[in-house]
Amino acid sequence: MTPTLAIGLSLLLPALGAFAIAAADSRPNLRETITVLVALALAATVATLLPGVMAGERPELYLGELLPGISIAFKVEPLGMLYACLASGLWIVNSIYSIGYMRGNSEKHQTRFYVCFAIALAAVMGIAFAENLVTLFLFYEILTLSTYPLVAHKGDSNTIASARVYLGILLATSVGLLLPAIIWTYSVADTVSFVPGGILTGSLTGPGVGLLLALFVFGIGKAAVMPVHRWLPAAMVAPTPVSALLHAVAVVKAGVFTVTKVILYIFGTGLLAQEPSSNWLIFASAFTILAASIVALRQQNLKRMLAYSTIGQLSYVIMAAAVLTPLAKIGASIHMVAHAFGKITLFFAAGAIYTASKKTELNQLRGIGTQMPWTMAAFTIGALSMIGVPPTGGFVSKWFILAGAFQSDNYVAIFTIIVSTALNAAYFLPIIFAAWFAKPDPQLKSHGEAPTAIVVALSITALATLGFFFFNQPVLDLERALMDQ
Amino acid sequence: MSIASQLPALQIVVPLLVAPLTVLLRGSGLAWAAATAASAMAFAIAVALTLTALDGATISYDMGGWPAPYGIELRLDAFSALLLLLTTGASTLSLLGARDSIAELMGESREPLFYAAWLVALAGLCGIAITGDAFNVFVFMEISSLATYVLIAAGPDRRALTAAFKYLIMGTVGATFYLIGVGLVYMMTGTLNFADMEARLAEVDEVRPIVVAAGFITIGLALKAAIFPLHVWLPNAYSSAPNLVTVFIAACSTKVALYVLLRFDFFVFHGNLVGHAFQFSSFLAPLAVLGILVGSAVAVVESNVKRLLAYSSVAQLGYILLGASFGDLAGMTAAITLMFNHGLAKGALFMAIAALAMHTRGHTLADLSGAARQMPWTAAALVIAGASLIGIPGTAGFISKWLLLQAALQQGPLGVVAAVAVVAGSLAALAYVWRIIEPLYFGTAEGSTAGGSTAVYTATPPLLLLALWLAAGANVYFGLIPAVPVSLSELAAAELLGHLR
Amino acid sequence: MELLGLFNYWVFAVLLMVGFYAVIAKTNMVKKLLGLSIFQGAVFLLYITMDKVDGGTAPIIQPGVVDAIYSNPLPQVLILTAIVVGISTTALGLALIVRIYEAYGTIEEDETQRLDIE
Repeated sequence: MTPTLAIGLSLLLPALGAFAIAAADSRPNLRETITVLVALALAATVATLLPGVMAGERPELYLGELLPGISIAFKVEPLGMLYACLASGLWIVNSIYSIGYMRGNSEKHQTRFYVCFAIALAAVMGIAFAENLVTLFLFYEILTLSTYPLVAHKGDSNTIASARVYLGILLATSVGLLLPAIIWTYSVADTVSFVPGGILTGSLTGPGVGLLLALFVFGIGKAAVMPVHRWLPAAMVAPTPVSALLHAVAVVKAGVFTVTKVILYIFGTGLLAQEPSSNWLIFASAFTILAASIVALRQQNLKRMLAYSTIGQLSYVIMAAAVLTPLAKIGASIHMVAHAFGKITLFFAAGAIYTASKKTELNQLRGIGTQMPWTMAAFTIGALSMIGVPPTGGFVSKWFILAGAFQSDNYVAIFTIIVSTALNAAYFLPIIFAAWFAKPDPQLKSHGEAPTAIVVALSITALATLGFFFFNQPVLDLERALMDQ
Repeated sequence: MSIASQLPALQIVVPLLVAPLTVLLRGSGLAWAAATAASAMAFAIAVALTLTALDGATISYDMGGWPAPYGIELRLDAFSALLLLLTTGASTLSLLGARDSIAELMGESREPLFYAAWLVALAGLCGIAITGDAFNVFVFMEISSLATYVLIAAGPDRRALTAAFKYLIMGTVGATFYLIGVGLVYMMTGTLNFADMEARLAEVDEVRPIVVAAGFITIGLALKAAIFPLHVWLPNAYSSAPNLVTVFIAACSTKVALYVLLRFDFFVFHGNLVGHAFQFSSFLAPLAVLGILVGSAVAVVESNVKRLLAYSSVAQLGYILLGASFGDLAGMTAAITLMFNHGLAKGALFMAIAALAMHTRGHTLADLSGAARQMPWTAAALVIAGASLIGIPGTAGFISKWLLLQAALQQGPLGVVAAVAVVAGSLAALAYVWRIIEPLYFGTAEGSTAGGSTAVYTATPPLLLLALWLAAGANVYFGLIPAVPVSLSELAAAELLGHLR
Repeated sequence: MELLGLFNYWVFAVLLMVGFYAVIAKTNMVKKLLGLSIFQGAVFLLYITMDKVDGGTAPIIQPGVVDAIYSNPLPQVLILTAIVVGISTTALGLALIVRIYEAYGTIEEDETQRLDIE
């Protein structure tokens, strides 16, 4: 398979899969088989691109010109490769999990659920491989629109109000800030392509740099930098597989991925390093990390707590990218992976608890470890990864980000990382402690473990979280290319 | 003499001649079929003409064999080709879907008259787009306007009559203003041909009458084009006209008036009047921005869907005018692309509303509650058209918004203000489109104000659905492959501003 | 005397404003339409005035007359068309008023608005 074909296929497979799933509406077994098969095929296709990209190739696919100088085109670079691998690989696990979850809770509109999921994955591939800002923007909006039905899945008035917040914030920021930012970029640089080292050097200086950066960072609402983070807790009304894959991995990573790409390939670290007007980003992300952690401390609902935790963790990536040192760049990309494994595990566990016992609040989890040992073991691993305790993936990425911060003596970043680690511990450890060692409330009905498909899925991601501590060399190799730029 | 060389004349003659024939046709559906066929033929002619205009060629046709500037010249360039495409396309699609709802509304005996009026309106609009003669524009404008008043007055309730009367008064005042302006220009130059007028104006010493003429013409056409604050006739006319008539006029009639406005102000006056560029932009740009803000704000709170979309049109006309008021190539290209793309989006939206209204019987947001469950295809098309109106990438609306913002950012500090207004308008569009879509999908049918007469969901007429999806498809097609409208707009802008270079 | 020399143009301006005033200020639809006709009539006068050439005669070629000065025939032809348009507009407007009277029982604009709100 030629790399160009592989790019095309990775966009087409989930899109065609969506049609096949829709066609298999009346036969659930066939429908879910198709989902898993498409996910496998997609992961395999994306994997074929990997060796070439690691060897330094940058395969391209050109679809056509939209406006003079602006084309719909794709080009695989290390960061996008990593993101695509992550999303497509976890889609397999998530599909298995979805089957257990959707059947276990006898949800309605299951076909719509799987169709929208497949479309969302197609959009994710488009974002990952986009060669320029406009292509990325196109798929970014498709991702927003295709996830809306997933968020509004339940369809009651409460859900719809939350879904309105979700869509409203994401669309308004992208139309109101991101689009002007892209057009501004185009009008000063005459191109919107992602070029290593940036395209704005020499054509934009002074406060304009900081302003444009702000338009980008807040325009990319999916990165959930405060104050445009409110959509993420709102999105928690969705079924848990959606929260797990989309709102812990695919959608939110699309946000930080885009911000990182803008920093590396549009501004270029050189330009940002010499423009003091762009320094605010460190502070904004540091504030988001700390504020989100403090808000997470006060949450009573498990999924909402995880959502605020995600907001904080996303800003780690942005802060790491904003530190601008080579090690921090690697830290940013590794943190995307480490957080993805850890957070999807946590959400899987939350969904498992809900499926088995309908529990959603933190105070109901006392003593649940003895009833659901597998789930809570995975939850513990995920939580430790969030805090950054070895031997979990979270430790590796924090290590690199800290090292990067020390490289440039960035004390704001160092301080933030240390304090937020303490805060993370403060909101995760009590839950783990209560789950394993507290006596269960005798009034609550006892229950067993979640359905097998769910347990299998969360075990896989928990193992991946642990495994990433030991086997992170391939990712390091892949992202080493970012250092050279 | 081949038939191909007669195409510019046939563009007007086909609908104009079929119109009286339609009146003679009796029997269910015959008049409709004849009108649709004539309109489709006009569309085919427009496509053929566009293909030649795409090369940048200008076709000149001497009416009755009298050479220009003495005779009436039909003149086809990129700008008029784009307008013809939009006008005949909108007419054909809305006629395609019109059969059932118009038959129900008009009754068999009055149906032929209705379609005759439609064809006359179409002939008039085509005539405005293709003629190269200022007075001829007036005649065609009145032909199309008179027919349009009739079409609007055919609306389902009595408000249509007052709306049509209001439109008649304001439309006639606008046309008469235009006539005064043309008279003054004729007085000073002795010609009515646009191209000749442009050339001879350069030799006129006393420009004061010309300035007055420019004022009369601009105001008169602004009235016809419903430019804020002269838009008051538009919401009433759009909301009380029969649904498919709204599709037709919303897609093209105001744009045709704007077309004449741009042609006069830029092609004829721009190079010949000192300070005209400044006067034009400093006068119209603030109005455009106000139109965007006020139109959007009213649309956000309006509860009648057709009025909501009508106010959205007021805002969108503001975008077009804003682009034109930049007075440079980028701005003009954006404005002309917007004319086309907004026609596509708004036409498709009104068509979706027409399809929905065949079942819901009302036009308030509450009436649409939950209709998506019974009519998923119609609702999906509405979502696409709405996305195009907002400017979501992948739809035609994105292309024009991109061009407009890009042009605005080239204008310096004031351009940034304009860009902010455009962005604010987009956000408002997001809000008001969402106000339609959310109840459509998630509302409960109990919310309907229809009360006792519960809505009966029968199948949407397949032709209407076909027309709707063709319109929605066009929004996506021209969003992904925008080469044709964009290059036509660039050619048109270059021609309008050609003498500046 | 120059101002008086522009007599026709003065009449044009006054008639235009009289008509325009009626269109805007009157609520009675028939009066509005009358105003509109006066408004249009003023424009006809403008066109007819501008085609007059000093000492000119009607632009009809007669046998034996060689060096006659003719008035400009084109505005006359134009205004003939405009008059036709004006008549059509008035006719359509009157037809609408009849329909409005049938539907509302009044031809006062403010009253129809009030009836619509009810």
